[in-house]
Amino acid sequence: MNIVVCIKQVPDTETQIKIASDGKSIETDDIKWVMNPYDEFGVEEALVLQKEKGAEVTVVGAGPQRVTEALRTALAMGADKAVLIEDDDFYGADPITVAKVLAKAIEPLNPDIIFFGQRAVDDDSGVVGSAVAEFLDMPQLSVVTKVEVGDGTVQAHRPVEGATLVLESTLPCVITAQKGLNEPRYASLPGIMKAKKKPLEVISLADLGVERDDKLEIVALNPPPERAPGKQVEGETGQEIAINLVKLLREEAKVI
Amino acid sequence: MLYDLTDEQRMLQETVRRIAKEQIEPGAAERDAKAEFPWDVVQVFRDNGLFACDFKEAYGGAEMGVLALCLAVEEVAKVCAGSSLVLLVHELGSMPILLGGSHEQKERWLPGLAAGEKLVAFGLTEPGAGSDVGGIRTRAIKKGDKYIINGTKQFISHADVADYICVACVTDPEAKPHKGGLSIIVVEKGTPGLSIGKHEDKLGIRASSTCEVILEDCEVPAANLLGSEGDGFHILMKTLDFTRPCVASQAVGIAQGALDVAVAYARERQQFGQAIITFQGLNWMLADMDTQVEAARQLVYKTCSVFEDVPKDLSKVPREAIRLSAMSKLFAAETAMKVTTDAVQILGGYGYVKEYPVERMMRDAKITQIYEGTSQIQKVVIASCL
Ligand SMILES: Cc1cc2nc3c(=O)[nH]c(=O)nc-3n(C[C@H](O)[C@H](O)[C@H](O)COP(=O)(O)OP(=O)(O)OC[C@H]3O[C@@H](n4cnc5c(N)ncnc54)[C@H](O)[C@@H]3O)c2cc1C
Repeated sequence: MNIVVCIKQVPDTETQIKIASDGKSIETDDIKWVMNPYDEFGVEEALVLQKEKGAEVTVVGAGPQRVTEALRTALAMGADKAVLIEDDDFYGADPITVAKVLAKAIEPLNPDIIFFGQRAVDDDSGVVGSAVAEFLDMPQLSVVTKVEVGDGTVQAHRPVEGATLVLESTLPCVITAQKGLNEPRYASLPGIMKAKKKPLEVISLADLGVERDDKLEIVALNPPPERAPGKQVEGETGQEIAINLVKLLREEAKVI
Repeated sequence: MLYDLTDEQRMLQETVRRIAKEQIEPGAAERDAKAEFPWDVVQVFRDNGLFACDFKEAYGGAEMGVLALCLAVEEVAKVCAGSSLVLLVHELGSMPILLGGSHEQKERWLPGLAAGEKLVAFGLTEPGAGSDVGGIRTRAIKKGDKYIINGTKQFISHADVADYICVACVTDPEAKPHKGGLSIIVVEKGTPGLSIGKHEDKLGIRASSTCEVILEDCEVPAANLLGSEGDGFHILMKTLDFTRPCVASQAVGIAQGALDVAVAYARERQQFGQAIITFQGLNWMLADMDTQVEAARQLVYKTCSVFEDVPKDLSKVPREAIRLSAMSKLFAAETAMKVTTDAVQILGGYGYVKEYPVERMMRDAKITQIYEGTSQIQKVVIASCL
């Protein structure tokens, strides 16, 4: 069994994001990059199947050289090998382009399951997994919190408004992981030592024979409005304070 | 020479940072309040193979070296200094075996230690022997294939939970301590005559246990002697040379943890209509703190890089390594005390109460100036290298 996990490297959610001078991208200089948290669920699920079914796990990422770090982390967690599609100008590419490129790189790996995170926490587009399924003509089970692999089939759960949708599909297929699927492990110390010795293949867009043809463009990036300072509710007595609070909630916050 | 961390070291640092934040930080205040040994943290370290850091692969280790261990200690100490002692004491207690143990002894003890299944303590200090190792009175007398040990050890970290204690004893009362009078003997838990006395109630690092160890006609197989009789002083000194950078990295971690809290607080806290970080009198304090912590860190990393090449056996330690080891411990400990005290100042009244972690960090920092050689003793060592 072959499993592929696609990994996007994203800014750490704790990093302070600054908008670059072009007004449509972020300043990347001082950013700490990490594996997209939703992708970690995919890696963990793949590693469970590696143990249970003897599956071989390949992680695939695209972007500049720094993406190697996210791939090495997955290798240190236990993945068997990695493929980096190296391209300095890939961050922020049209998700459909990303999907095309990934599909091309994944196809020869002959996967039974391709895991994605249900979305990446940086641009929140949530498109790539589905688009790869389209390009490879595979069924897709999206936003799942449980995966059970049978003989040539897979069953998955998707939470829907408190209810659970149980999906079944043949293999090969694409699965996008939602929080709750599992508890991702940390890279272990022996894993870290072994990671460097594991194969990491670097290829280019030219190697894949893909040319970029982005249809979607980010035209502007606006920062969230600055948080207004807190306000202390005035009043002499509890009653007065309560009255003033209700007033503020109604007139200023407009929540009641 | 590449003046940076390796990819592996960086990944270890990132991983431990995350483990510390997710698994260790949440319980830090409670561990301090309850002063109970952090078995939950021991389990986290076991699960992630962290005990294996500085052990050879041949004995179940990861062979990542002393800098890697220090990186891990620093990250844990940032959020919970008491928990970082689990790694520190493990290294301190294991080091005499790494340095002086025979292949058989290493095969016997190290794999369990590398996995963290077994814990270990280091028994040097006595009521009459603190800074002055020459004051050791614990006596081991050889009888046939056994040593009979009598004496009392003071302030021994984790002796109550340890499976093994490396005990420093006088084996030749005629010889001077540093000229063949001392030996190190491994005493296993459960040996008749070994008992744990008083548990200390401490100012800081309260999750870590500190106990009296009583040896009363304690019979230990002669095969538990490390190296030869008389090697004790050298093993002790070389052990401390290796582990002082680890204490220094604990100090750097404590300081960085306090600095991070202070910076975040100073950004948020408003007085006189502005964030207090905008006051120069305050942000210069933060600038000094940041500079001191970084300087301490660089000294520790440099020291570690020198120690990567010092063989873990009974060979002599180069003077340069001894000098750096003492300097890193001295400077990092003084920095930790100063920076944590200033962090409390920056938080004002909130810094003084338990709602924020900096008062704990200030209490925790103090010990780094005392154990494994006080700051004064580090100066004695540095001066002797001039
Ligand atoms: C929490 C804790 C954990 C510990 N864990 C361990 C452990 O696991 N194993 C272990 O063996 N020990 C341990 N110790 C003991 C510790 O290493 C000693 O406390 C330390 O070395 C100092 O010894 P002392 O307390 O006897 O102080 P003393 O040696 O009596 O020193 C008192 C003061 O005199 C100063 N002084 C002494 N000599 C000189 C000098 N020549 N020049 C200038 N000033 C000097 C000292 O700096 C200090 O300020 C621990 C101690 C504590 C508090």
